[in-house]
Amino acid sequence: MSIEMTKAEVPGVPLLEVRDLHVEFHTRDGAAKAVNGVSYTVDAGETLAVLGESGSGKSVTAQTIMGILDTPPGKVTGGQVLFRGEDLLTMSEQERRRVRGDKIAMIFQDALSALNPVLSVGYQLGELFRVHRGMSRREARAKAVELMDRVRIPAAKERVNDYPHQFSGGMRQRIMIAMALALEPDVIIADEPTTALDVTVQAQVMDLLAELQRDFHMGLILITHDLGVVADVADKIAVMYAGRIVENAPVHELYKRPAHPYTRGLLDSIPRLDHKGKELYAIKGLPPSLTAIPSGCAFNPRCTQARDVCRSEIPPLLDVTEPDGTPIGGRTSACHFWKETIHG
Amino acid sequence: MPEPQEPQAAATAPNSPDAGPAAGAAVPSQGAPVAVAVAEAGPAPGRPRSLWSDAWHDLRRRPSFVIPALIILLLLVIAVFPGWFTSASPRAADLTNHYLQKPQLTHFFSPEWLGYNQQGQSVYARIIYGTRASIVIGLSVTVLVMIFGSLVGMLAGYFGGWVDTVLSRLTDIFLGIPFLLGTMVILVSFDTRSEWTVTLALAFLGWTTIARVMRGSVIAVKQADYVAAARSLGAGTWRILMRHILPNAVAPVIVVGMVALGGYITAEAVLSFLGIGLSDPAISWGADINRAQERIRNAPHILLYPSILLSITILSFLMLGDAVRDALDPKLR
Amino acid sequence: MAEASGAAKRGEPILEVRDLVKHFPLTQGVLFKRQVGAVKAVDGISFELRQGETLGIVGESGCGKSTVAKLLMRLEQPTSGQILYKGEDIARLSGRALKAVRRNIQMVFQDPYTSLNPRMTVGDIVGEPFDIHPEVAPKGDRRKRVRELLDVVGLNPEYINRYPHQFSGGQRQRIGIARGLALHPEIIICDEPVSALDVSVQAQVINLMERLQDEFDLSYLFIAHDLSIVRHISDRVGVMYLGRLAEVGTDAQIYDHPTHPYTQALLSAVPQPDPDGRESRERIILTGDVPSPANPPSGCRFRTRCWKAQEKCAQEVPLLAVPERFKDGSTPASHPSACHFADEKDVVHA
Repeated sequence: MSIEMTKAEVPGVPLLEVRDLHVEFHTRDGAAKAVNGVSYTVDAGETLAVLGESGSGKSVTAQTIMGILDTPPGKVTGGQVLFRGEDLLTMSEQERRRVRGDKIAMIFQDALSALNPVLSVGYQLGELFRVHRGMSRREARAKAVELMDRVRIPAAKERVNDYPHQFSGGMRQRIMIAMALALEPDVIIADEPTTALDVTVQAQVMDLLAELQRDFHMGLILITHDLGVVADVADKIAVMYAGRIVENAPVHELYKRPAHPYTRGLLDSIPRLDHKGKELYAIKGLPPSLTAIPSGCAFNPRCTQARDVCRSEIPPLLDVTEPDGTPIGGRTSACHFWKETIHG
Repeated sequence: MPEPQEPQAAATAPNSPDAGPAAGAAVPSQGAPVAVAVAEAGPAPGRPRSLWSDAWHDLRRRPSFVIPALIILLLLVIAVFPGWFTSASPRAADLTNHYLQKPQLTHFFSPEWLGYNQQGQSVYARIIYGTRASIVIGLSVTVLVMIFGSLVGMLAGYFGGWVDTVLSRLTDIFLGIPFLLGTMVILVSFDTRSEWTVTLALAFLGWTTIARVMRGSVIAVKQADYVAAARSLGAGTWRILMRHILPNAVAPVIVVGMVALGGYITAEAVLSFLGIGLSDPAISWGADINRAQERIRNAPHILLYPSILLSITILSFLMLGDAVRDALDPKLR
Repeated sequence: MAEASGAAKRGEPILEVRDLVKHFPLTQGVLFKRQVGAVKAVDGISFELRQGETLGIVGESGCGKSTVAKLLMRLEQPTSGQILYKGEDIARLSGRALKAVRRNIQMVFQDPYTSLNPRMTVGDIVGEPFDIHPEVAPKGDRRKRVRELLDVVGLNPEYINRYPHQFSGGQRQRIGIARGLALHPEIIICDEPVSALDVSVQAQVINLMERLQDEFDLSYLFIAHDLSIVRHISDRVGVMYLGRLAEVGTDAQIYDHPTHPYTQALLSAVPQPDPDGRESRERIILTGDVPSPANPPSGCRFRTRCWKAQEKCAQEVPLLAVPERFKDGSTPASHPSACHFADEKDVVHA
């Protein structure tokens, strides 16, 4: 496959930008506010990790970007998703379909259910080229083999006619990556791409993904709950909690000195591999129900430093600075008391 | 049990009257490690809700459940107390009330409301009294097949191995016999056929579907971890079957049973129509439809009314089964 | 072997597993089934669990670690081998004798969503052990005992009449732990007890389990795939690969001084929450996938993915023993390792 750097980069306009996105789900217990004003950007060649636990809204945001949100019960109630400055949410379904797969592609957690079990992987890979590029069957098949080689599936030529269930979990995930890469998209969204895999296989797949991202100069949005995976590959991180981003930071900064109590709690609550450690710190309580998000800061019932203002006022994302007021690039925190959190 | 130290201190929080979502917030004052241990007790939603009560909560709001349920309730009352609905006797034949006397809407629910049949009997009284045969046979067949079919399916599914092989082959053999044809052959060999003869004949060949559904359902349920948990506690087979497997495996069987009930009522009507269902002088919609067909051209009403009621009854049971299936479907929860 | 009578003292073996084997037959044919092979899920493993300790078992999916849990719980019948609980072989017990042993060995399951019967209330679930073993608690006392248990695991006793689906994953896992504690067992087998939980809730459950271990003097067999959690909670760790133990030792021996190549690869592959070391860290990226346990490689099972493999590895099965060169016991590397070419390599602190 030819690796060209011919992406039209418009100066000043981010490759992909999510702006103040709101998504609700209709449930029996009322409206579940899954995403409440999320904004982030990703540029070419950059890896943004969206970190959050289940119910934080990280996957719903991704589904909204891809336009694969189930509506109903889901509903976008506000915001924009800008791809090179163009709002995807106001596009017609037809225009949108051209963007999906071609410009923005997605890798799912569960490769077995994301691949069609009754079609060979070669056919499924080739289909992309036939539909989007109008190639002939033979050309498409050749392209499929090339892609499978690219994601290092051994004996790609022989295996191109195999069906998804004939591949191991790691190999299936490679095929998913190949499908996402097929049309050389500008942005790849990977939703927990290695969560279902074993540690040794996980390392292989993450390495492959990082290498391909570098080679193709793509923007990568990595959605995960795993602080280890994030530390390994991300450039910058957005931490989500109850449908909001609570902290933005470059990767080294975040791990060194988190500026939000939730991030700090998460970092303290994971056991270490390199030493035994004392009793784990545990964030008390449970993530809130999305139908009844606490007033003020959503994290306040679980926060050790919550005060009255935290229960009444939703903290906006504030710029984080050094103690002397020097700005720290790319750092924001949605905590009224970020200063105490980061500088102690 | 030695009273553990930390939870004792923490126990005060959950015991407070407003131990709802507030409990999590109330705890932190008690010191860090304790708070960590107990705080999770906080947000569990309101009152206890079993899956069945959830389903009921759902069903009550669905017209597709409420309407057939009300109709079935009415039919049950008719079946038990037909005298409440008509004063006329279904057997009183008065040939002055010739069948050419068409329905008269002088007043509702009078004997002449739906006209008379060939023998001068009130069509209205006959369909009222005919309800019992249909409902009784339909319900008893269903109860019998549910008990027997569930038992066979449960044993086959739970024990597997040769038990499964034997019981499944037995089920296959019975499934191979055409249902209506088989019951006909059985019933023809009886001179007089009461409601019980027909019930047993239908149940004898009808249990196979239930057995298969139950077997599949049990096989799925027995792999659940809570069954393994019960086994590792030392629970006996009986307890596992009755407490863990059956309550979780029974939902699809109930749905199939409700849908099948409509089928059994149809079968009874078909058998009676063919003259091998209930013997005279029993009153049944099927038998009346049979007798009415010879006069269909000049007196269609004799055929029409029992047919309408039969259709409504069957449709009600089918709709009820569908509604219950939707309510119990875990995917919609 | 420990005495069959009395409570074992701290540090003494309470459970000994010897040459435990579980082969699941592969059959062909519809009516007349004939065996065409076997999935060798567990293929001859031996270890001991000591009173009051936590023994961690790590390994990737398909290595047989969950089957070990099922065998110890007698949810599966071992093909061969012994499971000695205080000297008594429970692999051969049945009926009343088995039921009696079950009081002392309990299990916490992985999936908090399928391990609780959705049709039973929390009170019935936690109280079921008392129904099965009525001698543990008199009838009138049971309700109170259930409330105590809920309290012990940090759940509001008022929730006794709720159903499992009204709780979150972490709360459900607490219910499962309460059920496991009801009979005052000595041993609790934990099969991936926190892997289904969110990070912030995981720490709560781990802390709870550690606290309960101290309070009730429990011995844990802690089976998990997350190496960091296993290090945190375990006193000793066994690494499994394809139905066999590759390496056994204390947590420091395994994590800081691993000698088996598989352990080294496994440890080096774990993504660590430390971005500063990410460029400099040495990674051993294994090629290929785990072979099928129905047809494992000859000799050393890891040899197909091992960078050290030689002719000898295909022919001789390496035994789980302290490697010859570390025999003198002077270094932390002198712990059992099933490799012909065992050598120390610190991959975690690199």
